[in-house]
Amino acid sequence: MKRLALAAAALALAGQAAEAKTLKVSPGDDAQEQLQTALLDAKPGDVVRLAPGRYVLVDGLSLDVDDVTVRGAGPDKTVLSFAGQKGAGEGLLITSDRVTVRDLAVEDTRGDGIKAKGSDQISFLNLRVEWTGGPNEKNGAYGVYPVSSTNVLIDKVTVRGASDAGIYVGQSRNIVLKNSTAEFNVAGIEIENSMNADVFDNLATRNAGGILIFDLPGLPQMGGHSTRVFRNKVVQNDTPNFAPKGNIVAGVPTGTGVMVMANRDVHVFENEIAENQSAAIMLVAYTQAFDDANYNPLPREIVVRDNVIGRNGWAPQFPGGAELAQMTGGVLPPVMWDGVTVDPRSGETPAGAGKVMLSNGPVLNLNLPAAGAMDRARPSVTPTLGAETLPEPAAVVLPPAQAALGS
Amino acid sequence: MRRARGLLAALAAAWLLGAAPAPVALDALLSEAPAASLDAYRLFRDAGGLEPNAGVTPYALNTPLFSDYAEKRRFVFVPPGARVGYRQSGAFDFPVGSVLVKTFAYPADLRRPAEKIRLVETRLLIRKREGWTALAYVWNAEQNRAVLKRAGARLSIEATDRHGAPLTIDYAVPNANQCKECHSLDGELSPIGPKARNLNGDFAYPEGAENQLAHWRRIGLLEGAPDASSAPRTARWDDETEPLAARARAYLDANCGHCHNPAGIAGNSGLFLNLEEDRPSALGFGKRPVAAGRGSGGLEVSIAPGLPDQSILVHRMASNEPGVMMPELGRSLVDEDGLALIRAYVSSLPRADR
Repeated sequence: MKRLALAAAALALAGQAAEAKTLKVSPGDDAQEQLQTALLDAKPGDVVRLAPGRYVLVDGLSLDVDDVTVRGAGPDKTVLSFAGQKGAGEGLLITSDRVTVRDLAVEDTRGDGIKAKGSDQISFLNLRVEWTGGPNEKNGAYGVYPVSSTNVLIDKVTVRGASDAGIYVGQSRNIVLKNSTAEFNVAGIEIENSMNADVFDNLATRNAGGILIFDLPGLPQMGGHSTRVFRNKVVQNDTPNFAPKGNIVAGVPTGTGVMVMANRDVHVFENEIAENQSAAIMLVAYTQAFDDANYNPLPREIVVRDNVIGRNGWAPQFPGGAELAQMTGGVLPPVMWDGVTVDPRSGETPAGAGKVMLSNGPVLNLNLPAAGAMDRARPSVTPTLGAETLPEPAAVVLPPAQAALGS
Repeated sequence: MRRARGLLAALAAAWLLGAAPAPVALDALLSEAPAASLDAYRLFRDAGGLEPNAGVTPYALNTPLFSDYAEKRRFVFVPPGARVGYRQSGAFDFPVGSVLVKTFAYPADLRRPAEKIRLVETRLLIRKREGWTALAYVWNAEQNRAVLKRAGARLSIEATDRHGAPLTIDYAVPNANQCKECHSLDGELSPIGPKARNLNGDFAYPEGAENQLAHWRRIGLLEGAPDASSAPRTARWDDETEPLAARARAYLDANCGHCHNPAGIAGNSGLFLNLEEDRPSALGFGKRPVAAGRGSGGLEVSIAPGLPDQSILVHRMASNEPGVMMPELGRSLVDEDGLALIRAYVSSLPRADR
């Protein structure tokens, strides 16, 4: 009986696989309707296959079917151009589970490039998202933008020109971001209000800031933690910050390598960090006023070790930076911590505050009495800082079928 | 003789049909595949979609969504014998086979909304066994047939604007996913308008004006409803006799709150503009943007009390540029009256620094 049931299950599975089909789409005058219709008609297991060519689109596209792959012929062959976009907040919106978008390019969206909201097992593979006019504050905010999602895989993705973060993962869990390139964005890569992220083997260059690990107040998911940033190349982030004011990244100094703000359990190791004029690595508290009892504004349990650090911090682009550099021999030390350990609401030092292990110094501790109080800095430089043993977060493990998609 | 009798029978049948047209096609509504054209559902007696069939009840909302100045005609149908379950908050509980019908139409001159009207599209929200389905049917130039458009469309609408100038509206028919973007609660398609509070007002029925909740109850459409006087009520955004804050909150609820609520597609923003929200920071007071990008317009907070020109929310309402404008879907023009209302509301709020 049991064997029979198993056989039936196998048959059912085989049947399902046999039914999976490929919906082919090609460029042309009706590209918008053809492509959107395919995204609506797709059934779980199907592949929407985009032939090579340039697709001229006037509206946002969206996918809300589980288990679908949207596949082009390569990021330089299948190009979705949104230069004439008339509506929607992004080029492609995905709101379903187990979706893979791969081998195509998205250009010149009016808002974000590709967004996934509330998706489980969302994979972005071998993509290019670009604003072709170069850095401009009128460009969209995010290139690749999974939010409120779980099991996020980003592999071999290139983003250029985003007016916020090129690759942005927000309010998500279980994230693997690798082999990708972010250049000419305000922030190259940003992990925000997220748990369990591995960010490795990426290149962040020519942005204002390379890699940001942030946590912000007032959001449904807060308390970001457990991120490993390793083996990345974070070099020559020298594009002047072009973010529209009001956005948190507008406060990232031009020429920042790695910045950790208000996040917990972040390990930064074995990266190559060089030619960033403000600082190689910065650890800071959230500086704005906030009204949220559940928010912790301090970076804590941060480890910085074994990075290869070249020339950085020779012309810091933040208030008081030039004076600081002067005090430290013309160049800032590779690791800078604002040293804030006091919660602005209680005036007390919460448990875990100040817990750091910064062995990759010298380390500049500004010893600020409060976030952003640069005028009251009491800078001190030590070869290393903190002797805590802080265990590294476990490697992020994606579901096997998804992990197998990556390289 | 026999032939004559057949003819008579046919005539009688035709006469009967004229008197009582075939009822709404419940089987078409519940069919898995949507009908290719709107007439298949027999929601209207006429091919032009103007006269509702038996059991199809017109309704209106106290405060509706702005849709590029389109006139909207709403109808509800519930299968014979079934009833809508009253809920104090949220959309009513509609039985399987229900359909919410909304026809978008433009007068030739926006200053004369009742004259020379052209129907553009009719949207249906059908309650099936497995949940709600959204469909859009676009009317032809002859105005005698509306056909299904699943992938959305852009239509150019010519009209005279409210100042007497020629106006071209780049009207967007939503695709099926876009319907869901707004009509989504925790990822499930859901009606927005027919809530007790937004229906709690008078409607001019052919037989006279009557409160809609009372009418629905009286004709057996709605069960479990209290007297209209003890049901909640959304203010009318355009009724200047109502308090400014109530009008503004009603407007924000109808125009923003369907996405900007904790279970909506903009839930990740932390900006919640539904009427049930009461935390000042969640309502945008002094709230910094998260993923607004260039939508911030260089401003620092969603609502700066007392300072509309410093408020991102006002900035995004005043824009018609994709990537900046809010709502993201459903409009290409600025709602001048709505913008004026929200500006007045923000101006009326006490400044934080005083």
